[in-house]
Amino acid sequence: MELSVQGIVRRFGNVTALGGVDLDVAEGEFLTILGPSGSGKTTLLKTVAGFEIPDEGAVFLGGEDVTLAPPRKRDVGMVFQNYALFPHMTVARNVAFPLEMRGVRREEIRRRVEEALRLVELQGFGERLPRQLSGGQQQRVALARAVVFGPGLLLLDEPFGALDRKLREGLQLEVRRLQRRLRLTTLFITHDQEEALIMSDRIAVMDRGRIEQVGPPAEVYARPATRFVADFLGESNLLDGVLADGAVRIGGFTPVPLPGLPPGPVTLLLRPEALRLAEAAEAAPCRGRGRVIETVFLGLSVKLRVQMEDGPEMLARVPLRPSLPPPAQDGEWLAVGFAPEDVHVIPRG
Amino acid sequence: MSSPGASRRLAGRRRELALLAFATPALLLLGVVFAWPVLRLLSLSVEGGSLEHFEKAALDGLYVSVLGDSLKIAAAVTAICLVLAYPVAFWLSRAGRIGAALGLFALLLPFWTSVLVRTYAWLVLLGRNGVVNRALRDWGLIEAPLPLLHNMAGVLIGMVQVLLPYMVLPIYAALLRVDPDLSRAAEGLGAPPWRAFLRVTFPLSLTGVSAGCALVFVLSLGFFITPALLGGGRVVMISMLIEQQVREFLDWPFAAALSAVLLLVTLAIYGLIGRITRGGRLEAA
Repeated sequence: MELSVQGIVRRFGNVTALGGVDLDVAEGEFLTILGPSGSGKTTLLKTVAGFEIPDEGAVFLGGEDVTLAPPRKRDVGMVFQNYALFPHMTVARNVAFPLEMRGVRREEIRRRVEEALRLVELQGFGERLPRQLSGGQQQRVALARAVVFGPGLLLLDEPFGALDRKLREGLQLEVRRLQRRLRLTTLFITHDQEEALIMSDRIAVMDRGRIEQVGPPAEVYARPATRFVADFLGESNLLDGVLADGAVRIGGFTPVPLPGLPPGPVTLLLRPEALRLAEAAEAAPCRGRGRVIETVFLGLSVKLRVQMEDGPEMLARVPLRPSLPPPAQDGEWLAVGFAPEDVHVIPRG
Repeated sequence: MSSPGASRRLAGRRRELALLAFATPALLLLGVVFAWPVLRLLSLSVEGGSLEHFEKAALDGLYVSVLGDSLKIAAAVTAICLVLAYPVAFWLSRAGRIGAALGLFALLLPFWTSVLVRTYAWLVLLGRNGVVNRALRDWGLIEAPLPLLHNMAGVLIGMVQVLLPYMVLPIYAALLRVDPDLSRAAEGLGAPPWRAFLRVTFPLSLTGVSAGCALVFVLSLGFFITPALLGGGRVVMISMLIEQQVREFLDWPFAAALSAVLLLVTLAIYGLIGRITRGGRLEAA
C-alpha cells in the first residue's frame, strides 16, 4: 500500500520537531529515513503509525486520509526499537496477538503463526518466553508479529540498534529479503548511514525536522544536495571556495577546472576514495603536496589523514592488497591529487 | 599454609563480612527491640507446656467469629483500596514529572499527621451532624442523616483512607516498570486501548497489585485505633480483643495465644496472595 505524507508539521512547545515534511513511498518500496538523533525521524514514524497527531498536514495510506485515525485502524505493522515484545506471553501468543485482535478464527491463527515463525526461521520457538531468546531472535519475533496480519505498511524503528555488528549485518539482509518476498511497503528509520545504504530502495536524509534529500542510495551518496547530506552520509572532504572563470581555487591544490557551471560560492565534495596518493597522483589534473599525519589500517583499505602544504587537512582512503606495501608512513611527504570528474559541486546559498 | 585459592576465598569472605558489619546495628536493634519481645510474648501462650489458651480461643465461639469478622473487614478494605488505588496509580505512572510529583505529594500528605488525629477528624466529619451529613442534607440529597459512624461504614471509610497509600505505591511502582511502548505496540497491532490495557499493562502490573493487597490486608487485619474509635464498640476486630485481654483481664497468656493465632493467619494469607497472583501471571502468559 502506498504511503503519502504531506506537509507534516509537529511542534512540542516552542520546539519544532517536524517543519513541513513531504514524503511519498511507493507500493512495495523500501524507504529509509536517515538522520541524526533529534532530526525528527522518530516523530515522523510515530505520526505515520498514529501515535502522534500532527499540528498540520496529512497522512494518506493507500489513498485514504488516516491523519486522525487511531493506530489500530491503520493496517500498519511496526517493529519498535526495543522490540516491545509482551514479556508475559509466549512467542506464539505474541505473534498471535494482532490476529486475535482482528477476530481471526483459532485454527487459522495457529496456521498463520506457524507460517510467520517459519518465515523468520523460528519454528519450534513458539512456546518460549521472549526473555528466553537472544536479542536477534527477539528481533525476529517482533518482525513476525509485525507482518503476520499482512499489513499494508511496515514500520521499522531502528530495529538493529541493540545488536552486535555481525548479527546486525545478517539480519539486515534477512529483513531485506523478507520485505522483497512479501512486497511490503516499508518505512525504515535509522541513524546508521551504512545500514541505510545497504537496505534501501531510496533514502530520505533528515535534519532538524526537514527532509534534505530523497533518492536512491548511490545517487544520494554520489550527488548530495546539501552540505549536511554530504557530511552525514559517508566520509567526506568538504572544501569551500568560489567558482570564477570556470575554476575554483582551494588552498594546497592547483586550481580545479569546473567548466560550464555558474559562478558563485560553492562547496566541493571529494570522497576519500577519490583521492590519489604518491605516484598515482603524479598524473592527476589537480595536485598538491601534503604530509601524512595519521594512518589507520582498516583491513581492506587504509585511511590516511594528510595535511596539505598551505591547505586543508584531507582524508584519503586507499585499497590494500597483501602483496603491496602500505602507501605511506606517518610524517612522510607525498603528492596528493584528484580528477575534477570526481568532484561533486554543492552550491552555497 | 594457604594455597592461592584459599586466600582468594578468604578475600571474598572478608568482603561479605564487611557488608554484614554495616548491617549489624540495624539487625541488633531489630533483634533486641522487636524479635526478642515478640518471641517472649508468644512463648507466654504456651506457658507450662499446655495448649489450654489455644483451646479456649478455638472453642469459644466469640473469638472465632471475631477473627472471621476481622478477615472479612480486611478483605473488604483491601478490595475497596484496590478499586480506588489502581486508577490513581495508573494516572500517576503516566502523569509526567510534575503531575507525578504533585500526586505523590498529595498521596503522602496524610502521613504527616498521626492516624489518631485523622481518625478523630473522621468522627467530626461522619457524625450525625457532621460535615458530610449536613452537606448532603443542605443539597437536598437526603432527609434524615445517614448512619456513618459507630458502624461498619465508618470503620471501612476510616481504614480505607489510612491504608490507601499502601495500595497505590506498590501498584504505581509496578506500572512505572511497564514500558509504555508495550501498550503502544498492542494498539499498533490492532487493540483498542482498553484491550491493550487488559491484555498487556494490567497483567504486567500484577506484582504491584499483589504486593499492595498483601500489605493492606495484613495491616487491616491487625488494625486497632481506627476500628476502635469509628466502630464505637459495635465493630469488633481481633486486635481489640487482644487489647481487652491485656488491659481489662490482665490475661497475658491468653492475649499471647490470640496474637499467635493472628500472626499465623496473617502469614498464611500472605503466602496465599503471593501464590494466587503468581498463578495469575502464569495464566496470563
